[in-house]
Amino acid sequence: MSADIAVLGAGMHPWGKWGRSFVEYGTVAARAALADAGVDWRDVQAVVGADTVRGGYPGHVAGATFARALGWQGARVTSVYAACASGAQAIGAARAQILAGLADVVLVVGADAAPKGFFAPAGGERPDDPDWLRFRVLGATNPAYFGLYARRRMALHGDTVDDFARVKVKNAALGALNPNARYRKAVTIEEVAASAVVADPLRLLDICATSDGAAALVLTSMDFARRHGAGDPVRIRAVSTVTPTFPRTVLDLPDIATDSAATVAPSPHSFRASIARAAYEEAGIGPEEVSLAEVYDLSTALELQWYEDLGLCGPGEGAKLVRDGMTSLTGRIPVNTSGGLASFGEAVPAQAIAQVCELTWQLRGVCGARQVEGARVGITANQGLFGHGSAVVAVR
Amino acid sequence: MVAGWFTDAQGQDFRLLGTRCAACSTVFFPREDAFCRNPGCAGGELTEVPLSRRGRVWSYTDARYRPPAPYVSDPHAEWEPYVLVAVELAAEHMVVLGQAAPGVGVTDLAVGMEVEVVAGVLDEDAGTTWTTWHWRPVGVAA
Repeated sequence: MSADIAVLGAGMHPWGKWGRSFVEYGTVAARAALADAGVDWRDVQAVVGADTVRGGYPGHVAGATFARALGWQGARVTSVYAACASGAQAIGAARAQILAGLADVVLVVGADAAPKGFFAPAGGERPDDPDWLRFRVLGATNPAYFGLYARRRMALHGDTVDDFARVKVKNAALGALNPNARYRKAVTIEEVAASAVVADPLRLLDICATSDGAAALVLTSMDFARRHGAGDPVRIRAVSTVTPTFPRTVLDLPDIATDSAATVAPSPHSFRASIARAAYEEAGIGPEEVSLAEVYDLSTALELQWYEDLGLCGPGEGAKLVRDGMTSLTGRIPVNTSGGLASFGEAVPAQAIAQVCELTWQLRGVCGARQVEGARVGITANQGLFGHGSAVVAVR
Repeated sequence: MVAGWFTDAQGQDFRLLGTRCAACSTVFFPREDAFCRNPGCAGGELTEVPLSRRGRVWSYTDARYRPPAPYVSDPHAEWEPYVLVAVELAAEHMVVLGQAAPGVGVTDLAVGMEVEVVAGVLDEDAGTTWTTWHWRPVGVAA
């Protein structure tokens, strides 16, 4: 079990399609997190930026871009890119610096201004890039992979499209209560069923949109938090950033094929399950102790998969969990109390940080109408393209 | 574009091509020519090997909207959805994604159904025809 660090401040820029620069969003979120922490920017010793990518390389190296926008003050600087796991890797880098004694106060920022429509790879002829290949050779978009997972759940576990829609209904109801969410309107099962099919069996309202957005955290050593007058802050106890193990047997974007499991026996646990296991193991906490979870609901069906991979229920029991209302706000284990990606949309480098903002506010008990009563332990889960696992455990 | 991913043959002789590590026998598709990715293998020579012609449907879906570039399609033509099939090859214990043969819809498929690989056309214009592989339910005529 490792040592804790404190979450002294959390902040966001509201998500949506605002038509401005990601630098502006990130700076708003950073200032909000600093104000929440009661820390002056000039006292921050390190800044970690989760990179936003344009054209296949980080067009702006995020750590320095945010540091410049806030005013150069000579802090240690780090920039990380891990696709959807960028935010968690930024938190992981900040935590390592704090636990190593390299810095007491670290600002973590992620922000993006997403293009409209399907995510697409960078231009040019790049057949050595799996992401380019899956589009060029197969036209396999992200929703195509979500459709494959959804259809397989239906065949293996008997999930129905109504079960998938129930996830959207739950998350939309929670998003309606969150001022930072892009979509703030309740949705019915009938409205999901009436939306257009994107990738059979998934419909438009089963799949998350792309958004602009930003999230930031002020992370500190426990000593600094105490000196700063925060005797009982929200603490981060684990950050999981694991890779898959060979052979990976679940077809995962952006790959066209899985590894062969003919010569080496596969792990009994899927990659997604191993992400959560690593976090639980590091935190010394089991799924039965979790008060709430924030998971990557890139699609409604994928949220059901996370229930099982996080150990919130047994294999194949995800649909029953949502059907029985167990993951709603008043259920046994509320999931995506923020409204999830269903309500926020994707702003890639900000997402994993935004999940930890929600845990922070829930563990502080300041979430108002979407508050989970008596929340003590929260876990986040997501996965970054090309094999970046990411989960964070926070406690109070 | 994807040189060496499948044979030039048509009909029954059309096969996907992978590579196999001489040291640990692990098979890779798309072909891995630089290094063996088995972490327990010190590495061996990678040689070309044809993959199983048949497998069983792991899952399937379709594309109801036109994918962005680099997928090639005529923006002036009405969009015609195509089906994607992920197929588990029994011998290789590997899932390979591909488009279904033209005319195969999602209602023609089921998880676990046996399919076979056939040659197909990804796209063609005045100067070029891009060939590819398609998955087709066994017993269905071309």
